[in-house]
Amino acid sequence: MTVETTLALTEQDVRSYSAKVEEAAWMADFRANALAKAEVLDMPKPDKTKITKWNFTEFPSHTVESSIYAGLEEMPTEAKVLIDGEQQQNIYVQHNNTPAYLSLSEDLKSKGVILTDIFTASREHSELLQKHLMTDGVKVDEHKLTALHAALINGGVFVYVPKNVVIEDPLQVLFIHDNDQASLFNHVVIVAEENSQVTYVETYLSTIEHSETQASIISEVFAMANAKVVYGAVDVLAEGITTYVNRRGVTGPHARIEWALGLMNDGNTISENITHLVGDGSSSDMKSVVVGRGSQKQNFTSEIVHWGLDTDGFILKHGVMKENSSAIFNGIGRIAKGATRANAVQESRILMLGERGRGDANPILLIDEDDVTAGHAASVGRVDPLQMFYLMSRGITQEEAERLIIHGFLAPVVSKLPIAGVRKQLTEVIERKVR
Amino acid sequence: MSILEIKDLHVQIEDKEILKGVTLTINTNEVHAIMGPNGTGKSTLAAAIMGHPKYEVTSGSVTIDGEDVLAMAVDERARAGLFLAMQYPSEITGVTNADFLRSGVNARREEGDEISLMKFIREMDSKMETLEMDEDMATRYLNEGFSGGEKKRNEILQLMMLKPKFAVLDEIDSGLDIDALKVVSKGINEMRGEGFGCLIITHYQRLLDYITPDKVHIIMQGKIVKTGGPELAKKLEEQGYDWIKEELGIEDETVGQEA
Repeated sequence: MTVETTLALTEQDVRSYSAKVEEAAWMADFRANALAKAEVLDMPKPDKTKITKWNFTEFPSHTVESSIYAGLEEMPTEAKVLIDGEQQQNIYVQHNNTPAYLSLSEDLKSKGVILTDIFTASREHSELLQKHLMTDGVKVDEHKLTALHAALINGGVFVYVPKNVVIEDPLQVLFIHDNDQASLFNHVVIVAEENSQVTYVETYLSTIEHSETQASIISEVFAMANAKVVYGAVDVLAEGITTYVNRRGVTGPHARIEWALGLMNDGNTISENITHLVGDGSSSDMKSVVVGRGSQKQNFTSEIVHWGLDTDGFILKHGVMKENSSAIFNGIGRIAKGATRANAVQESRILMLGERGRGDANPILLIDEDDVTAGHAASVGRVDPLQMFYLMSRGITQEEAERLIIHGFLAPVVSKLPIAGVRKQLTEVIERKVR
Repeated sequence: MSILEIKDLHVQIEDKEILKGVTLTINTNEVHAIMGPNGTGKSTLAAAIMGHPKYEVTSGSVTIDGEDVLAMAVDERARAGLFLAMQYPSEITGVTNADFLRSGVNARREEGDEISLMKFIREMDSKMETLEMDEDMATRYLNEGFSGGEKKRNEILQLMMLKPKFAVLDEIDSGLDIDALKVVSKGINEMRGEGFGCLIITHYQRLLDYITPDKVHIIMQGKIVKTGGPELAKKLEEQGYDWIKEELGIEDETVGQEA
């Protein structure tokens, strides 16, 4: 059944927005076509979470104007602590919907590395962006939200790493949200050409407590033959923001994509993280940690699809549920016919701290090939009394023992983030949320 | 000098009485060994003293220098000077051994008077050297993926770092080869002295070749049935437990049987 929805914006609106931000001409048609699809497509149907009453289509305004930052010191304090020292380069900052700051080292520029906002990318690297924008990764017409996202993109980043270029230091991106009228339709495209390597770390940070808006975030990561992409993300969006976040990767032969996602939003969230292991011998390591509190409802899908021979996928999800919060964890290892010797392993664990919360860990293996290996572990439970006994028998107080166990439980992602400031902030967010 | 006094201790687990009146006094500067075959209540005694959540003390008392230990929470018992080296230590993912140890050390100190990081690391390094532990064991997650022997060494490392008044070592020798046994014994012997008393629970005499006890107690059917000096342990090694059973008229030494 198709639910008729009246969308807040018309074709005329998206075309005039496209002109206003001075993006490439093809973007206007791209948006208009997507909008037409958004009107007729169905909503996605996340397993076990009913989202029919969630507001994905109305928001106070499509874009807001925010200040640019002449220097990093002009950013809010909460954002400044995410940067490791004044020397750090290769940073992009978006302030609500406004590209606000960019620094890219001369060294990387000379090697042909691109780090820029999505509008500039459409002008200056039009063909490259058009080739990868919602073509081989996330498709426009997957459902209403992907189409709506395509029509309304109002921010995001383009990263391009040429063949054989290995970037040692991480690229850092901050999305600062400090206007309660601002909705985010951010699109990130990362292309790592053959034999290249890059680490990308993004932070979504609301500095306000509450906002009745939306975040519709899509990231597409392409790791070509032998390339390696490490993608770190910490999402800390305010209560009231309804979030749809879709992070997807596609690998070439012997490529590798590693994900480390700290999903700490305070609003209702649908998160989907999928890697398609297309190239033979490619691999993905997908780690996410989650803390739910209040009456928050969240649904997290982590999926690795094995298409190529000898592909290797590992999914780890750890979640802590407090108070009345509920979360559905779907871990999916899918092995297509012909993906001989694929290995699909996953682990999902939920720690329940509240009395009335709900946590479901659903390990799913869909296997269409005989010569494969697969494994899964899933658990939903409370803090282990024997672990508590052990820690307390060393004099550690109950409160501190619980804190150690929770932080330890969420450490797989924290310890993987390559920027000290981001690591520290995620630790503090966890501390604040579980207290 | 401190005194750990256990008086007429009765303990049950899931409504089954395991300890049926254990009485024992240990002073600092003494090492006592509790020996006995499997299923006689040895580990129950260790767990009950520390406050294991599954064991319920139904009567009797445990005190340190007159302070009621049984009224204390587990962490308070530890800060009062008790330590239990566990037979099956928990594995805790994401918490490094060093962070855990430092939390334990600092739990005994006032807020604002935490041990300096340098001093802590120096001390830990030197103890780890004594115990012939790999350096990376400090940064590995607590007991996660540790071999049986590594876990036992790690228990003794904690003992040496936390410096309790009284340590209960629950089958610290199980699963150790002779070299590891020597190393673990070296650590325990280093602790011996004025401010330290120790209760070693074992069913083999082997460990006592390296740590000479002041007193040896035999436990059967949930009670201490015989107490002696180090020579008692030797006799057990040579002759087993049967002569004691005969002497006392016990047919089945395990808990739940009556003499």
